[in-house]
Amino acid sequence: MSIKDRTAIVGVGATPYYNRGQSLPQTPLQMACTAIRAALDDAGLSVKDLDGFAIFASACDPAQVAATLGVPEVRFAASLTSGGGGSAGSIGLASAAIVAGMAEVVVTLMTLQQATRRLGGSAVGGQSLYGVGGRAGPYGAGGVAPEAAFSASSGLISPGHSFSQLASRHMHLYGTKREHFAHIAITQRNNAMRRPSALKRSPLTMEDYFNARMISDPLCLFDYTLESDGAVAAVVTSAERARDLRQPPVYVMASAHGGLGRWGPAIFSYFQQPDDYFASSGHRPVAKRLYEMAGVGPADVDVALLYDHFSPMVLMQLEDYGFCPIGEGGPFVAEGNIAWPDGKIPVNTHGGHLSEAYIIGMTHVREAVEQLRGVAVNQVAGAEIALVTGGPASLPVSGTLLRR
Amino acid sequence: MAIKGVFPAALDDPYANEATQPFWDAALRGVLTVSRCRTCGNCLLPPAPVCFQCQGEAFEWVELPGTGTIYSFTVVRHPLRPDLADVVPYVSGVIELDGTQGAGCRMIANIIECDPDSVRIGDKVRVVFDRVSDTYAVPRFTPL
Repeated sequence: MSIKDRTAIVGVGATPYYNRGQSLPQTPLQMACTAIRAALDDAGLSVKDLDGFAIFASACDPAQVAATLGVPEVRFAASLTSGGGGSAGSIGLASAAIVAGMAEVVVTLMTLQQATRRLGGSAVGGQSLYGVGGRAGPYGAGGVAPEAAFSASSGLISPGHSFSQLASRHMHLYGTKREHFAHIAITQRNNAMRRPSALKRSPLTMEDYFNARMISDPLCLFDYTLESDGAVAAVVTSAERARDLRQPPVYVMASAHGGLGRWGPAIFSYFQQPDDYFASSGHRPVAKRLYEMAGVGPADVDVALLYDHFSPMVLMQLEDYGFCPIGEGGPFVAEGNIAWPDGKIPVNTHGGHLSEAYIIGMTHVREAVEQLRGVAVNQVAGAEIALVTGGPASLPVSGTLLRR
Repeated sequence: MAIKGVFPAALDDPYANEATQPFWDAALRGVLTVSRCRTCGNCLLPPAPVCFQCQGEAFEWVELPGTGTIYSFTVVRHPLRPDLADVVPYVSGVIELDGTQGAGCRMIANIIECDPDSVRIGDKVRVVFDRVSDTYAVPRFTPL
C-alpha cells in the first residue's frame, strides 16, 4: 500500500510575512489560527471539518490550537522528529494518517516569531545551544550533556557556521565557487522582486553579492536565510473528498522522509557523516524513494521548491535530486538552469527563504500549490509536477512530489 | 581577555560521565585519546555505547599522536556576541585524526595560530590543550 495519489492539498493559508519581531503584538498561536482558518476557507472547509494535525519542528501545540479554534474532535496529532527537515514530509505524514483512515482533514503548519524563537540565536540571545544544556543561559546553571563538551568550545555556534563546513568541502572536492552560490541568491531575488509577499524586493547584483560582508567563509550575508515572522498552513484530505471542494486538488504523488542512518544529526556538533555524503544535502536516499513511489524522475519535475536556509544547500539538493550529476551543481546554476521562466528547472520561484521569507519550509509548500493551480506570481507555464523539500539538516530530511 | 583567533572556552568543566571522563583526564595531561572498538578497531569520538560498524559493545581508550588533517573549516568573521568582536576572525573546522578511520571519530575544534586567509582543507594540524580549570582542558588545533 502506498499513499501515491490518494490524498491532495486542498487549501493553503498564511499571514503576511514580517521581518523578525515585526509580527508583534500578535502571538504565534494567533498567527497559527489565522493561517489555519485561511487554509480551511481556501478549501471551502471550516474548523468543524478539521480533525488532524501533522506537524514538524515543534510548530505548535495541537492541543492548544484545537482548543482555541474549537475543533470538534481531534483524531490525529503527530509530528516528524527534528527540525525544518520535516516541512515537506509533514504532508506525507498527513497523507499517511488519511490513507490509514485515522483522520480525514489534516492540517500542517508553521508559525514562527523569531523575536521569541530565534533559530541559531543561542550565542546571541542567551538561549541554550543545540544539544548543549537546555537550562537557562548559555551552558547555564549546571547542565551540559557529556557528549556536548566535545564540541562546545569549537566556535561553531550558529547553523551558518555548520553549513559552511559542508559548503567548504563541496568547493574543495568539486571546484564549486562563491560565484555559483551568488547565482542562486540572485536568481531567487529576481523571483522575489515580482512577488508582493516577499520581504526583499530590491535588485541584487553580482557586485552587491561580492561587496556584502562575509559572515562565515565561504558564506556571505546573501547566502544566509532571512529571519522572519509569520505562519503558513496547508490542509490535506483524501483524493475523493478533494474533488468536491472549492479549489482544484493538488495531488500528493509521493512523500518520503528520513536519510542515511549515519547522516544522523549531521551538523551542529556532529559532522560524522560518511565521506561520500559529507558534501551533500543528505537527501540522496530520500530522493530515490520519492521518485520510486511517484513513478517519475527528475526530468518530469516542472518546478522545484528547494529548502534554502543557505544557498549552497540548494546547489547540493539539485545534485541529490538528480537535476545534475554530483559535483556539477555549480556550473549547472551558472548556466541559468534554475532561472524562471526559461531555465531547465525553475527553482524557488517565490524567492525562497533567501528573499521571500523564512517560515521553515512552509512557504515552499504554498508556492508549489500556487504553481500547480496555475496562479503563481512567477508561473511556470503548464506546470504539472512540483518537488518540495525540507531540510537539509539533521535526519529526517524530506521531499514531497505534488501534481495537479 | 580576548585573543584574536581563539574562541574562548565555553565551559569550565566537561560535565563528564563515566563514559567520557577518560578523554578529559588525558586532556589535562596533554594527551589525545579516543575510544576504540575492541572487536573491529573502529574509533569513536565522542565515545558511544555501541560500535556502528560491528555492533560491538567493548571499547578501550587508545592514545593518538595528536596530529590530523583539516577535513573542512569556516572562517567566522561576524561576531555573534559582543565579546567575540575582538576574537574574529577565527577558524573552526572538522579534523580527521591520524590513527583513526576518519568518519565517526572526527573532532570539531577551533584552529588557532594560523592565518585565516591561507588555511586550506588538507592542511596538517596538531592538537593543543588549553587548561582552563582543574577539570577541563580545551582541545584546539594548530598548523603542524
